Amino acid sequence: MRQIVLGVALVLLWAAITANFSTPNLALGALVALGALAFLRRSFSQPLHFRKLRALLGLSISFCVELMLSAIRVARVVLTPDLDRVLRPAIFAFPLGVKSDAEIATLANLITLTPGTLSVDVSDDRTMLYVHVLQHTTREAFIAELQNGFERQVREVFA
Amino acid sequence: MEDLAIYLGCLLLVAGAGFSLLAAVGVVRLPDLLTRMHAASKAGAVGGGLILLAVPLVALDASVALRAILGVLFLLLTTPVSAHLLARASLTAPDRGTPMIKINELEREKRISP
Repeated sequence: MRQIVLGVALVLLWAAITANFSTPNLALGALVALGALAFLRRSFSQPLHFRKLRALLGLSISFCVELMLSAIRVARVVLTPDLDRVLRPAIFAFPLGVKSDAEIATLANLITLTPGTLSVDVSDDRTMLYVHVLQHTTREAFIAELQNGFERQVREVFA
Repeated sequence: MEDLAIYLGCLLLVAGAGFSLLAAVGVVRLPDLLTRMHAASKAGAVGGGLILLAVPLVALDASVALRAILGVLFLLLTTPVSAHLLARASLTAPDRGTPMIKINELEREKRISP
């Protein structure tokens, strides 16, 4: 049932993007949608919960806010006359609480686009995420902020 | 109503251009690649994103709006990946210049292999 809804949505999206609602184009869109659905077949094993959708919405909103804040903060740093005084670059190892590839990738991408942090590398055993920080405070403060912020939200979305 | 949308779009365009300019200034002024990636990834993504968001307000066309919003989405998906790859490459490369890092836990715990 959900696959049918998703398929119709994909066809409509295809028609809207190509700005062409003619029958041949809709048929082409249906082909592409079928291909995409076949490709995603395995991800449909567990049902989608509305609670997850709400977590996803919350994550998206806080991400947009953080993204704007981070751009403004970088802009302020860039415009400081005395750069050496404001820059305190550091690379911290953040102990990962999330385990799956999807969660780590999402968290790393979120970190890169939020204030003053840039994810650099994941350790081979996937327990540590190395993060470059533009203006470091203490290691503990940094880790606590991430754990209570994005990591918790990412876990709620994927849980 | 249409005027309002166009003025709002222009405002977004100017803000986006401003952030893009600041990203460029940051790439020139900051001392090493890692700090430069901060400017390029964050201010750059917001700058490009704001400009793309201005497009539907100026064009007032549903299909154009949808494509612009998808553009923003892909921009936000791809920018951190490229920033991450560049940052990692700069740390793995044999000639690393002299990065300005006050605390480096990556260096202390292991040397990353390419």
